[in-house]
Amino acid sequence: MIPARFEYSAPETLSEALRLLGSDGEAKVLAGGQSLVPMMKFRLAQPGHLIDLARIPDLNFVAEENGAIRIGAMTTHNQVETSALIREKCPLLAKTAAHIGDVQVRNRGTIGGSVVHADPAADYPAALLAMEAKVKLVSASGERMAGLDEFLVDALTTLLEEGEILTEVHVPLERAGVLTAYRTLVQPASGFAMAGVGVRLGVENGTITFARVALTGVGSKPYRATAVEQALVGQGAGAETFAAAAAHATDGVDALSDMHASAEYRVNLAAVQVRRALEDAAGSA
Amino acid sequence: MATTTTTPELKTYIGKRVRRVEDPRLITGTATYVDDIRKPGMLHAAVLRSPYAAAKITGIAIEKALALPGVKAVYTGKDVAAVGPVPCAGSMEDLRIPDHRILARERVYYVGHPVVAVVATDRYIAADALDLIEVDYEPTEVISDPEEALKDGAVRVHPEYPDNVAFTYKQAKGDVDKAFEEADFTCEERILVPRLAPIPMETRGVVADWDEGAKELTLYSSTQIPHLLKTQLALQLDMPEHHIRVIAPEVGGGFGSKCNVWAEEALACFVAMDLKKPIKWIESRRESIQVVAHGRAHVDTIEIAAKKDGTLTGLKLHIVCDIGAHHQLLTPIIPTLAVLMLPGLYKFRSFKASLVGAFTNRAPSDLYRGAGRPEATYVLERIVDKMARILGMDPAEIRFKNFPEPAEFPFETVTGLQYDSGDYAAAFHKALDKIDYKACREEQKKARAEGRLYGIGISTYGELCAFGPSPATPAGGWECASVNVKATGKVEVLTGISPHGQGEETSFSQMVADAFGIPMSDVVVIHGDTAKVSYGIGTFGSRGIAIGGSALHLAMQDIVAKATKYAAHILDVDADTVTFKNGTFSSSAAEQTLSFADVALETHLCRKLPPGTEPGLTATRFFEPSNFAFPFGAHICTVEVDQETGETTILRFVAVDDCGKIINPLLVEGQIHGGVAQGLGPAFMEGVIYDEEGQLLNGTMMDYAIPKARHMPWIETDRTETPSTVNPLGVKGVGEAGTIGSLPAFVNAVVDALSPLGVDHVDIPMTPQSIWRVIQERSRS
Repeated sequence: MIPARFEYSAPETLSEALRLLGSDGEAKVLAGGQSLVPMMKFRLAQPGHLIDLARIPDLNFVAEENGAIRIGAMTTHNQVETSALIREKCPLLAKTAAHIGDVQVRNRGTIGGSVVHADPAADYPAALLAMEAKVKLVSASGERMAGLDEFLVDALTTLLEEGEILTEVHVPLERAGVLTAYRTLVQPASGFAMAGVGVRLGVENGTITFARVALTGVGSKPYRATAVEQALVGQGAGAETFAAAAAHATDGVDALSDMHASAEYRVNLAAVQVRRALEDAAGSA
Repeated sequence: MATTTTTPELKTYIGKRVRRVEDPRLITGTATYVDDIRKPGMLHAAVLRSPYAAAKITGIAIEKALALPGVKAVYTGKDVAAVGPVPCAGSMEDLRIPDHRILARERVYYVGHPVVAVVATDRYIAADALDLIEVDYEPTEVISDPEEALKDGAVRVHPEYPDNVAFTYKQAKGDVDKAFEEADFTCEERILVPRLAPIPMETRGVVADWDEGAKELTLYSSTQIPHLLKTQLALQLDMPEHHIRVIAPEVGGGFGSKCNVWAEEALACFVAMDLKKPIKWIESRRESIQVVAHGRAHVDTIEIAAKKDGTLTGLKLHIVCDIGAHHQLLTPIIPTLAVLMLPGLYKFRSFKASLVGAFTNRAPSDLYRGAGRPEATYVLERIVDKMARILGMDPAEIRFKNFPEPAEFPFETVTGLQYDSGDYAAAFHKALDKIDYKACREEQKKARAEGRLYGIGISTYGELCAFGPSPATPAGGWECASVNVKATGKVEVLTGISPHGQGEETSFSQMVADAFGIPMSDVVVIHGDTAKVSYGIGTFGSRGIAIGGSALHLAMQDIVAKATKYAAHILDVDADTVTFKNGTFSSSAAEQTLSFADVALETHLCRKLPPGTEPGLTATRFFEPSNFAFPFGAHICTVEVDQETGETTILRFVAVDDCGKIINPLLVEGQIHGGVAQGLGPAFMEGVIYDEEGQLLNGTMMDYAIPKARHMPWIETDRTETPSTVNPLGVKGVGEAGTIGSLPAFVNAVVDALSPLGVDHVDIPMTPQSIWRVIQERSRS
């Protein structure tokens, strides 16, 4: 449980961090370390150089701008959970953050670190996919935006290129009248989701007008359950609709299977959790 | 000079919820654990362990590791051949004890088997050096499953033996076959009791320090048994025992895992003497889960016979115990405790039990909180519940029906134990009342009508504690206490027990304060240092207060007797007229009174030495119990099972425990809370998983689940107090009660919830997935 030798830098500006990252092929960014450090202690990851973003003040903020909430990559889960702005304008994200790990993890772990790590069972992506969030990627040569759906390539694999740092997450402001819920059933040791579901539901006069449903922990990467969404829109908001739609929770998805949950169980869990999250959301009006 | 003092209003402590005196240093980070110890020139050891469950070692290349700057030495099995084998206490006639060396030699037998030790200037270099050692392994066939291991022609873990039988053990009384023939009903269940990793918050760790001039070896070890360890080290290292000192500094939890003599302890000592440098070794969490003896590890088959009125007449048990590849200190003894405690709280007329220890290519198993008794209680309480269902009886009724009456104590069980005292029905009634059992059954009816799975689980348990009478223990079951009263009236207690969370610094101080009429802050309790305390057996088997406290009680009696003589002499009255109450010596024949401190001073100044009396006020006493003590209780829990996810929600948990007389209810409740958590773990989430190749699949805290705060129900505790008759304090012990009592209540509750589906048993851990599968199967059939 002792990591291999590494160098450690704690730059105070993003440009310095980018310079360090570009100058050392062995370097890896440290953004809270709640996944990376355990992997290093098991020597599953042996980066030669850690560049800690914790001392870059510009990466820790929550701001509203142009119809979206911008969240700095180094904003902790606890900050996301408790931010008045996020609670008001992107409530699903705050609800989801409250489910991550435990208090200690939420105090150290960051939204940028979590998104870049791309754990297939992390909580954030279910919410961020349902909210159609985007991420900002910055390198020495420029910056670009990417939708979270394209950013998450596969388990532990993202669009991030060498020399790039994820600096912000952009979440569109919640639409008026949209109801949200996050539900998860976790593996008791790790606290990671065996099936986590983020739901956004718009209902007008008893008819579903808008639906976004995303799942984590079920497949090799978190995904939007578009078949569920399609089965919802235009239907009457109610138990039957929710149950029928939830049956599509894993359409086209190869469910993960491990010692904690078989694929069969995950498929069941996904449908149950989607239905219940829809009911939670509908009931939260 | 003796002076007259007025006695202030005295505070008494016994029976009060006194806060732990240990806690301030623990919660402010000022306590000293092994890893806090630093010695000049200290080197750090790390251990390379086998990645294979079974392999021949064909070569070990250490050159690259030795070449790493900072590496001071590398040891293989050959280099430490002078160190004797890791000890095992066990006395079965057919017991096979394979040669268990502190580092592997020709073969490795389990994943995690220590192979090479590296010593370096810091622990980071030592860890890096492990990656540079090349061991050539020639993997051999693995036998991982204990039942498979016992089959004819199974691969042999130790090729020198004809099969994998490590030992056998049988007990029987009465005509059990006849009981089964004549029974109105019989039933049987095969019950798995998985391996559990003890997971103390502090992993194991040692610092060995060799004094070349004095030829003295000091070992700091996170151990529950410093004195026994010292004796064993003397044997393993072939050293005079009086040149060895073992210190257990602050010990961050043990749960039995540190009631052992570990290879790494002798290893560190050997290396320290070889290099003439202090050596530190701190176990990693991964090593801890991998190799620290797992508990339980049973496959049990239990059968029960009953009359139609619910009278339980016969019991049969067959245990296959997966002992792993090697024995640790108590490996063969632990499952025999399951046999002894098999009858629980019930009046069986006959029984038959057989036990086979199976060698497997897995880490050794050994004691873990409860040690044999949770296994017995679990299988018994499950089969009694199953029988009640068959009889159409309420599970509470069948239990009441078979308890011995209070007048029947001391009660001899069918396994030959003498239960000291008990009123089982009283504790059970209290628990039933507390949870409002009738209302729970009503709630269940309502829930079932609504299609909800609501269950009520009962466990009435007994345990054998306060280890124990010496003839029944492998290395003495007594305890020793010294009380040294200082000139200033302050009191130093030296005890042979070795608390590591139990709180005896608090409870012993309460006892002393009350006995001498002094404030608790005038007492210090010293333990865990073989150079300070003459000898002791240690802390395990819920024995601290029952045995150690009883020794203290005797020593305090001696102190009072001697102080009374002094007081009489100073007051110039007949000793018979002197009474000692609330810290004051007084006599009907004298106006003057003396405080405890007054007399303490006089015993040191000796200006007026009573004839035939020696100076000083100290006493050392030993306590040898006449028998074990037998706590008992009733745990009841209500649950609701989610049919769609298999998740169980614990609605209420009531624990009524009787651990005899209570010194400090706060400590008792703490023990119950922790114990219940360690029953909840195996019930719902815990269990070491090996695959067929003997690989440990859930060897990290990311995969091995233990209960977190959010998993815990609110625990409603209550108690009855039936004093023990086997020690002067009337205490019984409470360290393991929660673990023993709770598990069957959880499982019985879930089975009760699932019973409308025709379920009469589910194995643990009852994870959401496993319960969901049961529901799916039942719904299909």
